[in-house]
Amino acid sequence: MFLIACPHCGPRSQAEFVYERAEEAVAYPDGTPQETLAALYTRANPRDFAWELWRHAYGCRGWIRMRRHRTTHEIAEIEAVGARL
Amino acid sequence: MIDRDRGIAFTFDGRTYEGYPGDTLASALLAQGVHLMGRSFKYHRPRGVMAAGVEEPNALVGVGTGGRFEPNTRATDLFIYEGLKAVSQNRWPSLGLDIGAANSLIARFIPAGFYYKTFIGPPWLWKIYEHVIRQAAGLGAAPNAAEADAFEHRAAFCDVLVVGSGPAGLAAALAASEAGARVILAEQDIRLGGALLRDPATLDGLSALDWIAEAEARLKTLGARILTRTTAMGYYDHNQLTLIERRVEAGQTPGPGGLAQRLWRVRAGKVVIAAGASERPVLFSNNDRPGVMLAQAARSYRRRFGVLPGRRAIIATNNDDAYRTALDLAEAGAEIVAILDSRPLADSPICQAARAKFRAHLDARLVAALGSKRVNGATAVVAGRTISVEGDLIAVSGGFTPLVHLHMQAGGALDWNDAGGAFTPGAGRQGQISAGAAARREGLSEVLADGARAGGEAASALGFRSGTAREAPIAATAFDAPHHTLARFETAPGVNLKTAFVDTQNDVTAADIDLAWREGYRSVEHLKRYTTLGMATDQGKSSNILGLARLAAAEGRTVPEVGLTTFRPPFTPVTLGALAGEATGADMAPLRRTPLFSVHAALSPPWQPVGYWQRPRAYPRPGESLAAAGLREALCVRQSVGMTDISTLGKFEIVGPDAAAFLARICATPVAKLAVGRGRYTFMLREDGMVVDDGTLWRLDEHRYLLTSSTGGADRMPALLSYVRHILDPGLKVAFASVQERWGAVAVAGPGAAAVVRSLGLEPPAHMGLTRGSVDAGQVLVLAASYSGERAFEIYAPAHELTDLWRRLDTAITSEGGTTYGLEALELLRIEKGHIETGAEIDGRRTPGDLDLQRMLRGKGGYVGAPALARPALTDPQRLRFVGLEAVSGAPIPEGAMLLTKAAGRPHGHVTSAGLRLDGSGAGIALSLLKAGPERLGETLIAASPSRGRNVLVRVVSPVFHDPEGTRYRE
Repeated sequence: MFLIACPHCGPRSQAEFVYERAEEAVAYPDGTPQETLAALYTRANPRDFAWELWRHAYGCRGWIRMRRHRTTHEIAEIEAVGARL
Repeated sequence: MIDRDRGIAFTFDGRTYEGYPGDTLASALLAQGVHLMGRSFKYHRPRGVMAAGVEEPNALVGVGTGGRFEPNTRATDLFIYEGLKAVSQNRWPSLGLDIGAANSLIARFIPAGFYYKTFIGPPWLWKIYEHVIRQAAGLGAAPNAAEADAFEHRAAFCDVLVVGSGPAGLAAALAASEAGARVILAEQDIRLGGALLRDPATLDGLSALDWIAEAEARLKTLGARILTRTTAMGYYDHNQLTLIERRVEAGQTPGPGGLAQRLWRVRAGKVVIAAGASERPVLFSNNDRPGVMLAQAARSYRRRFGVLPGRRAIIATNNDDAYRTALDLAEAGAEIVAILDSRPLADSPICQAARAKFRAHLDARLVAALGSKRVNGATAVVAGRTISVEGDLIAVSGGFTPLVHLHMQAGGALDWNDAGGAFTPGAGRQGQISAGAAARREGLSEVLADGARAGGEAASALGFRSGTAREAPIAATAFDAPHHTLARFETAPGVNLKTAFVDTQNDVTAADIDLAWREGYRSVEHLKRYTTLGMATDQGKSSNILGLARLAAAEGRTVPEVGLTTFRPPFTPVTLGALAGEATGADMAPLRRTPLFSVHAALSPPWQPVGYWQRPRAYPRPGESLAAAGLREALCVRQSVGMTDISTLGKFEIVGPDAAAFLARICATPVAKLAVGRGRYTFMLREDGMVVDDGTLWRLDEHRYLLTSSTGGADRMPALLSYVRHILDPGLKVAFASVQERWGAVAVAGPGAAAVVRSLGLEPPAHMGLTRGSVDAGQVLVLAASYSGERAFEIYAPAHELTDLWRRLDTAITSEGGTTYGLEALELLRIEKGHIETGAEIDGRRTPGDLDLQRMLRGKGGYVGAPALARPALTDPQRLRFVGLEAVSGAPIPEGAMLLTKAAGRPHGHVTSAGLRLDGSGAGIALSLLKAGPERLGETLIAASPSRGRNVLVRVVSPVFHDPEGTRYRE
């Protein structure tokens, strides 16, 4: 079980979070079918870090971006969604 | 270490024995001269004790009775208690006389891959084998009663978790604690000390036992948490480990409080793995006979448990450590018949000391153990010459395997030590630091220093002052030196490979490994599965390396080239109750109560679990069956009026100037033209174009909407709303909140529904309209929406006022000749009306087109799931599509039935919801998903339900059986 440092709440157990999706798997409702299908089904899945979207569903309910390694599960960066706006 | 003042009575196979506090079942039985403790898995060979700890593969027993029965418990890892009842396994009729042992004679017929080969053979052959195998094979018996005891889970945090309390673990815990780190020390034994309990030593001027006691006291003073009888089972991500703390022994009744075991989830900063090393057996014929024992185990029994495991010992070794066993057993009065050292040269001080006293052979290797239920001698080759020796104990040491399980679970790498024939921990990936014998450190001083170093390193890595780190304890012990292991894995000439057991627990022999290799199993993963090597409850703790080395030798490769199988948790077997913890029975899941829960409960209705909710299925009258009650209630709704609690529906309020734009993302139906005070049916898609839920959307004000969803969807919908709000369209000026528990709701349905609403002083809105009003000064919202097909209203009131509203409605409905109704009637009504339901027709694999919702889709798109609908496969007319069925004979249609034609072939679809006509005929009808359904109206099919043993002839019809024009709910 991961230890996730929620930008709002501090380090919490993974049990409080919901993995939503890889950031590149966001499919926009106005996208073309090709873009949508590429995002949903034909993404690469390298053994490397990737940005993901998580939600602190059983905590502050905030959305979180984190850069996590897909094999070691190391979390390199984490930030609140919207923090950069 | 054994308290001889007080005896403990226990039984083994019905016979009463006496042991003493501190004894394991194995040591107590050995003290009574019992060496035969079980029969083996496949061949029912007699087996005794091989080890003194958790790696024991042979001496497995069933312990306890009823709900406390635990099979496959290691006799070496079971501390006796008053009243302990243990039984041996895999024997019939008795341990001494086992008919299944005839299997030994036909062993050559059950080689590696036997099961796979019988599966490949003709099926009738397997049926014969199966009968025989189920009688003979298998470990232990499963408990036949529910778990009797309580288990709990607990979370904990620490800076440094130390696994193992041998010399390295204690030194590490002391060093980390002295530096100021919060330490948890976990020891799977009942007492601290590890190898210090086996070998005499003086530490810091104290005897080993006094030093352990002092260390324990010092750790407690420093605030460390010491958990004995606690095994580290698994090392998971981000330095989280699970520990199992046994509060009682297997089969034992817990004291007050009743806790049997506690599962700890520990999040640590650093983890010092001081788990020690496992001694390896040696391959020779009949190496599984009772009386063949690991050399260190023999020493443990002698010194810790005060039991001499044999009077005439043969020592077979490839290292110096087993010479300790020779010296130790001799000191206790045993005769050392011979030391058989496989190394060509052994001249360390301990070897010289032993050679002065005993007959020791170099380049000497065991060929066979003699004797059947107990060894009585051995043959060996010494420098090419065969010799024969007599003895009742063969103490073997094939080298040492560092316990790298936790290190590997934490993603660590391994190095290979060729002389030692051992994998040693390499680079770590998480916070793990291996120390002591687990890192292949040998010699007490070296082990203590390594432990102190690891503890100090762990603490300083976490920022604790390293300057004050404690010095390693000063040890004084005889022959404080490395073991000088020289691993030789190949068997001696003359060994019968069919009785040279690599994995004694699964009865895998050297011949089986060779056979698997000859049959082409080159990968270690295949070898493991084909031969079942290392797949027994001991997970190959003692056998894996022997098997790998044999495969490597056949391949002409090195052991690291052959590689290892994965080290999976748990380290030792775990009782399922410990994993469940408190989450059993009524505590398995939370209970959600609607505002009317106690009103319903007073009527003791049959409940239907819906997610975490409980909803009444019906309100049967005395003597009335559930089915009759459901039918009566449904008919009452059709004929007069009924009401039901719909508080569990998902309800979301959406507010803001961009609320309509936001909803246009969520809903696949038109949103923009919805007028204030009006509502409409809507549904939502997943991104792949499949319908996920449906509900109604109401415009309460210019910028305020109410969206309802199914009960199940109430938990999914917030994620979708939140996703659109924060990720897809973060710029929208909109806010949403779940008001599921803010509002309670009652549906009133039937021809008399409008009259009931009016009788409360409320104005009944037109169909899909809404009005506001008040009942007894409480504000209510009335929505006109129909699920049943009748004129119907959903009346929303604040949750805390719903009970009063329900009672007012109850009076009004009763005076109209109406009834309350439950889920059974709700289902009958909606099925007859042809309404789809989430979980039945909306099963996550249906497009809007499949469910006949195509014409409601918003043409311009822009909603979640719209782009994916362009996939050609989603518009294939041959997809499973929504239609109705009616039984040709009028009989009930079995729910879940397959839809077949008379021609052979795969099913054409299935029945999703089954009901019956409420028009007085009671004819069986159903909703279904059928290949090209709407194009097949009028076709006759077979609804086949093999599980119910029923086949019903059905006709494909429109799914709307009741009031297809929709005149009844419009009024």
